[in-house]
Amino acid sequence: MPGPLALAIWYIGIVLEIAFVVCSIARKSFFRYLFLNTYFLLGLGSDAGRYFFLSKFGLDSTEYRYAYFYTDALLTLALYVALISLYVRVFGELRLNNFVRFAAVLLLLGTALFSYAVVVQSEQRLVTTFAYELSQNLYFVGLVLTYILWGAVLKLRETRTRVVQFILSLGLYFSAYAACYALGNISSRHVAVQYMSGAIGCLLPLTWTFTMLRHTEESRLEPARLLAVAR
Amino acid sequence: MMAALIFAVSVVTLLMFFVSYCRSLTAASSSYELSKEVRDVTGIHAIASGRDFARVMQLLQLCPERPEDRPGLRAVAYYFEILNLLQKTLARLTPSIQSWAEQERAGCANFAVVALDRRIAFSREILAQQGEL
Repeated sequence: MPGPLALAIWYIGIVLEIAFVVCSIARKSFFRYLFLNTYFLLGLGSDAGRYFFLSKFGLDSTEYRYAYFYTDALLTLALYVALISLYVRVFGELRLNNFVRFAAVLLLLGTALFSYAVVVQSEQRLVTTFAYELSQNLYFVGLVLTYILWGAVLKLRETRTRVVQFILSLGLYFSAYAACYALGNISSRHVAVQYMSGAIGCLLPLTWTFTMLRHTEESRLEPARLLAVAR
Repeated sequence: MMAALIFAVSVVTLLMFFVSYCRSLTAASSSYELSKEVRDVTGIHAIASGRDFARVMQLLQLCPERPEDRPGLRAVAYYFEILNLLQKTLARLTPSIQSWAEQERAGCANFAVVALDRRIAFSREILAQQGEL
């Protein structure tokens, strides 16, 4: 079993995931942010699955590693879908929904094909190095997509506080995760990186729950205040 | 090499998203109208300045905590520390950064004052509920 600190971080993450779903229901926004909620519900499911493999096979078992990295890949995919739903929300008024969906499907197919090509080339190191590098790359692609969406938010002068803060939180989460995975690759997966990765996992449900609690759907921001420019 | 590049880019974007996130927090409280109580308690009658931040944070410790305030206050406190560091280093060389950082520090102080106002209102609600019991 993992140490008490790692377990504590894991439990905090689970509580925060539940908190977001409960807040969405309480604020009558569950269906409005369906894909964000679906992501956390899948996260809870994957936590249960990981716990099953952990208690049955142990922390160092191949089964647990497979379960960990494949549920991680599945969750990243779900987070892509959540991100695309935010794209649809931002571009909704421009009636570009169909284009965004088409581009999203193309991107997902492209990512899947790329991943498959890498799997074929590196079958023998599927569990360890490959899975780790793949996660790092997936988070980095997520970061680039969020950065583009943030650019669109500024360009289109998006004012909805919830949407803006959801996107910024996602950007924080993807950047922190991509940096953490890359640092793990550089420092040969130092133990501190494992704790960091768990703590970063709590960041997204924490910031999203905070946004859901603090702001209503009607809350608005002045877009000019979001630009960090020293004049 | 690839990992080092991803690490460098991610750290830069992490900082950028953190600054934007904190700005979105402070911007959300910029249009808030302060109550008379909080203006009397803090002595801030018009606009808060960066110098008020530490004092307001101390006053916040005296009020019962609202759980929904905690993550935002913590993020803004970190942002304030980054701005302080910026003022002590880079801003000494560039006046435009100096004035920008001061403006941002004032935004952080305003966020804290709004949080204090909400906590005072929250305390009053609790007292009123206890009075009813």
